[in-house]
Amino acid sequence: MSTSWQAGHPGLPRLLAGLDPSGAPMTLAEHVRVHGEQPQVRPHELIEAIEHSGLRGRGGADFPTARKLRAVAAARRPSAVVVNGSETEPASAKDQLLLTRTPHMVLDGAMLAATAVGAEEVIVQVRHGSHQAVQALEGAIAVRDFDPVPVSLVEAPPGYVAGEESAVVHHLNGGAGLPTFVPPRPFERGYRRRATLIQNPETLSQLALVARFGEHWYRELGTPADPGSVLVTISGAVAAPGVYEMAFGTPMRDLLAAAGGATEPLRALLVGGYFGTWVEAASGLELRLAREELRSVGCSLGSGVLIALGQSSCGLHESARVIDYLALQSAHQCGPCTHGLRAIADAFGAIASGIAHPRERERVLRWAEDVRGRGACHHPDGAVRFVASSLTVFAAEIEGHRRGRCRAEPVGLPLALAGARR
Amino acid sequence: MSYRLRVNPIACEAHGMCAELLPELIRLDDWGYPILDTAEVPPDLVGLARRAVDACPTLALLLEEDGSPPRRG
Repeated sequence: MSTSWQAGHPGLPRLLAGLDPSGAPMTLAEHVRVHGEQPQVRPHELIEAIEHSGLRGRGGADFPTARKLRAVAAARRPSAVVVNGSETEPASAKDQLLLTRTPHMVLDGAMLAATAVGAEEVIVQVRHGSHQAVQALEGAIAVRDFDPVPVSLVEAPPGYVAGEESAVVHHLNGGAGLPTFVPPRPFERGYRRRATLIQNPETLSQLALVARFGEHWYRELGTPADPGSVLVTISGAVAAPGVYEMAFGTPMRDLLAAAGGATEPLRALLVGGYFGTWVEAASGLELRLAREELRSVGCSLGSGVLIALGQSSCGLHESARVIDYLALQSAHQCGPCTHGLRAIADAFGAIASGIAHPRERERVLRWAEDVRGRGACHHPDGAVRFVASSLTVFAAEIEGHRRGRCRAEPVGLPLALAGARR
Repeated sequence: MSYRLRVNPIACEAHGMCAELLPELIRLDDWGYPILDTAEVPPDLVGLARRAVDACPTLALLLEEDGSPPRRG
């Protein structure tokens, strides 16, 4: 997968400026030359700048970053800032890119946040099995003699749900890394049973830029409601799959163009990754990368994933594989998720194979509705959103499959099967 | 004072006592796990809701007063 940015837009790249084309992490000297020294900002000034910037969390939940900072800053003795680089979404590569290529920017952000909320330490949780991230971070930490609090590195346990906030806290507190019953949420009671700020590497990198250049600079890109730039992992039927830094408000058509353009006529776009939503290619290409606009068609950007599905592929078969994967990735703690996702995945598989009862689609949609909101974490919610959109966008294919018509080539959307948890 | 019901889905093992004792508010899904269509408990059902909470063998059903800090199961 290539890593690049859209060069055509004035003001970009920001986060990805000065990347070493060899793939090596930026050194501290390069980092300071491109972005300047890490600034000294008073805690309340930083939180105010973040509030005015409109920065929201980039891990998928879109939560306003300033609100989280304020909540933790107001708590008694916050314990840590946790950089959640677990990135368990198989179709996302942007956090891994930041940790391995721009570790100083991530650490700058984490340290600024730690000062802002009064945390005693920074913990970086890296993706399961990512030696490159550990290496890049260890190299960066070794030369940083100016950080106000200590940093430690932790490897995420395997599995899709390991990146969920409460699962991260569970792991740091010595547990297996499974989601827990909330509230209390980590910003109320987390690591060491004290308030904990958990942020995505991209969020903290954006924070480090706002601390340097201010909220007005940040808002020069994007739209008033969705200011700034965002990292998007683009894959599927495009010429140059990879991580691209784009301005909010950019149409999907331009995102695909940045990734080298579509390699064939497109059938659909998957927006938001495996907790995301399929949209028809024709309408999807006109969609702009903005929360309100995406929400109007039932989408969210999630952790910044866009997959283009070509017309030579079968959306039903691809979706069936993803749903089966999501059912396997359940932590199997909550009944509705354990049993519901399994039943949905099996029924969906039968639909995709063309052997299901004609009314099976309605049963799957009822199960999806039943399961939604009934897990301790949002794993089942994301999974059934994907299921419902698959059954809607690929409704025509369902009828075709029943008549035995599908000549599609399997493309195999990325699934992290090596790390699968049963 | 208004009350809300909540299920701890990790603790719940689908014994189904709650739906038996409080069918007004709780039904079961196809696998026997409780579905609360509304969390709000009308005043005349608070007594029955308490009974259902007490009957849950895994203490997975919680009755919370609005505005009170969340209780852990």
